[in-house]
Amino acid sequence: MSVSPERVPALDLRGIDKRFGPVHANRAVSFAVRAGTIHGLIGENGAGKSTLMNIVYGLQSPDAGTLLVQGREVHFRHPREAIAAGIGMVHQHFMLVENFTALENLLLADGAAAGSAAGRAAAREKWDRLALDHGLDVPLDAVVGELPVGVQQRLEILKALGRKAEILVLDEPTAVLTPAEATQLFQLLGRLRAQGKTVILVTHKLREIMAVTDRVTVMRQGAVVAELDTAATSLRELAEKMVGRSVLLQVEKGPGFPREVLLEVEQLAASDDRGVPRVKGISFQVRAGEIVGIAGVAGNGQSELLETLAGIRTPTGGAIRLAGRDVAGDDPAQRRRLGLAHVPEDRLKLGVVAAFAAEDNLILGQQERPEFGRGVLLDRRAIAAGCRQAMAEYDVRPGDPRLRLGAFSGGNQQKLVMAREIGAGPQVLLVGQPTRGVDIGAIEFIHRRLVALRDAGKAVLLVSVELDEILGLADRILVMNGGEIMGELPRAEATEEKLGLLMAGVRAEAGHED
Amino acid sequence: METYTIIVLLLAATIRVATPLLLAALAGLFSERAGVIDLGLEGKMLGAAFAAAAVSAVTGSVWLGLGAAIATGVALALVIGFACITHRGNQVVAGMAVTIVVSGLAPSLALAWFGLGGQTPQLTNAAQRFTALPWPGAEAARAMPFPGLMYAELLAGHNGVVYLAAALVPLSAWVLYRTRFGLRLRAVGENPHAVESAGIPVNGLRYRALLISGVLCGVAGAYLSTAANAGFVRDMTVGKGYLALAALIFGKWRPVPTLWACLLFAFTDAAAARMQGVALPLAGVVPVQFILALPYILTVLLLAGFVGRATPPKALGVPYTTEK
Repeated sequence: MSVSPERVPALDLRGIDKRFGPVHANRAVSFAVRAGTIHGLIGENGAGKSTLMNIVYGLQSPDAGTLLVQGREVHFRHPREAIAAGIGMVHQHFMLVENFTALENLLLADGAAAGSAAGRAAAREKWDRLALDHGLDVPLDAVVGELPVGVQQRLEILKALGRKAEILVLDEPTAVLTPAEATQLFQLLGRLRAQGKTVILVTHKLREIMAVTDRVTVMRQGAVVAELDTAATSLRELAEKMVGRSVLLQVEKGPGFPREVLLEVEQLAASDDRGVPRVKGISFQVRAGEIVGIAGVAGNGQSELLETLAGIRTPTGGAIRLAGRDVAGDDPAQRRRLGLAHVPEDRLKLGVVAAFAAEDNLILGQQERPEFGRGVLLDRRAIAAGCRQAMAEYDVRPGDPRLRLGAFSGGNQQKLVMAREIGAGPQVLLVGQPTRGVDIGAIEFIHRRLVALRDAGKAVLLVSVELDEILGLADRILVMNGGEIMGELPRAEATEEKLGLLMAGVRAEAGHED
Repeated sequence: METYTIIVLLLAATIRVATPLLLAALAGLFSERAGVIDLGLEGKMLGAAFAAAAVSAVTGSVWLGLGAAIATGVALALVIGFACITHRGNQVVAGMAVTIVVSGLAPSLALAWFGLGGQTPQLTNAAQRFTALPWPGAEAARAMPFPGLMYAELLAGHNGVVYLAAALVPLSAWVLYRTRFGLRLRAVGENPHAVESAGIPVNGLRYRALLISGVLCGVAGAYLSTAANAGFVRDMTVGKGYLALAALIFGKWRPVPTLWACLLFAFTDAAAARMQGVALPLAGVVPVQFILALPYILTVLLLAGFVGRATPPKALGVPYTTEK
């Protein structure tokens, strides 16, 4: 057989090195992306994926190393040059102007004059045709901020394609998508590959890598640690390469022994900030010694439920009983005193003050506790000592109580929040999205902690949009859809298919036979 | 005087008072739509007013004065840009600093150069000032019945800067909403990261917005010292820069509503001038200080209650950095 000429890689990185002060973000990174493939780039938070992609897109320049696009050496100093070289990027946080229409956003990227009505019409026609060609359904006259995130993402992809991108980089594209939207996205990526485009998928979700990529590059601490054909690897192998040691993908936990009811919710109703009812007459119980999981696609009332239980949101009806006592009228502090603790969904918004030191964050909401103060003064020494102890116990790195909280990684921030909430000795723990933005190593740790709390005879209510997390931790699973509980399944009977149906709002025969 | 005459004269005064306000508000419109808070409006206008009067007094040419005013406005805008865009400094502080510096520097320079106690010489020569443009038949119309006086006072009878300011309203709207530059300018005030990732330099756009602001403030300042008055006096802007900013917010950062806001503020100002010394039923003669405070009281009330939800450009006041 004659040797076919090797196709030039679409993107070839050679020895890319980048430092930010003391942080060595990229260490001599080299790998090549074959044209016409979907190439995965995985690594934990802080592994240097984003820095690398920013270099590829011209947002940052490398300290050393060269970059070849379609075989030609390039030195981007600005995204403009990367775009001209045929690179398109869909950022994790969309680069859209929210109060512009979709068309205005496209014109912004396009550079076409929009002065005349004829110019606008021509531009509209061009984008309409492009959207049709790629099967990207985007309403051009809708205001972007009012579109669902899935559609906004399609708009971003359309934008890149309109600028003749041959290499499309997607940074954590599924972080904001429902499972169905993610499936749609992957189908689109498959179509693009069939058209000869090259796709680089940056993610920390291993399943996605396994599902859609042809080849995968694994990064750890700024360096490439493996480059594999997806077909020849496994979830376990990728996870180990990513973390650098073997990890338990499945939480180890024995059977639960539920006892008395600690948290009881009856016909609870709540509305969101705009007054739209989001929780519609929900009833359930959580017993001592069990983890109850609430599954559902984001935005189906779980957030409002959690906030109402924590006392941040006033219910519009129904009762909340904590160990038999009605607390619906109590504020968060009163509920805390009765043994409730809360790890909020949005850590940075509700859980911590990023600008405060770790030790100060550890006493937020608990500053009245006698061990932290003397009279009106705070006992700084006791606070620092308590923080050091918690940091050791929860493996928080770096273990410096004076360090600003924002300087910790997502996983370590979350461990600090867990340490604070569990440290208060609650009877009932409410946890929302405990592993959002948290790396694999820390996920494992947090999961073990939650199971340990259950085994200590406490009640845990876990709200998560990650089905794997619910299936791994919960003893009993409730599924929310449209503000109602669609069904309840004991863990032993729950499968992804049954839960998926309930999440989609199909009550049907997914539950028990009566 | 009959009521008709009073009303027409009041409206004519409103137009004259509104002109510098409108110019400054449009200046603020460009920089704020690009995401830069423009508290330097007052300072740029004041500096420009001094430059216009000084150069006009020395050279005898109002056009050279206007040129100097624009140059001053632009130079001060560049100072703000250098601090806020290049070095990502605090925009409020930079704008205030420029205003404070100018309010001290202008009278000092005036004192050093002209020795008139911080003023420029009176501009007595017609070539040193912007004067009313001669409209055909304006004088004849004045004597004629309705609507003769309206033609003479409202339509005609103004200097060129007034007409320029009026023309700038639709022009600004066209630039903002119909041109590529305008689209980018609005985008950079909403989400500069989107602009950067579209391959357009953010800082370049913001500098251009500030340059426009400098030019317009220059014209506004020249109007104050060489059209509305005949020379520069200390602190002659008397808060017009801030009032323009209030009009801009009241107008929700859009050219036409901003025009109406400016006219409203100007009307209260003109009415206040008329009301001085006039005895009102029940209240008697209202103290002059209260009357002079009326536009500002109105500003506070309007901004507190009537604006409703004015959503400023999302990136307003946020220095742009590429690293997260």
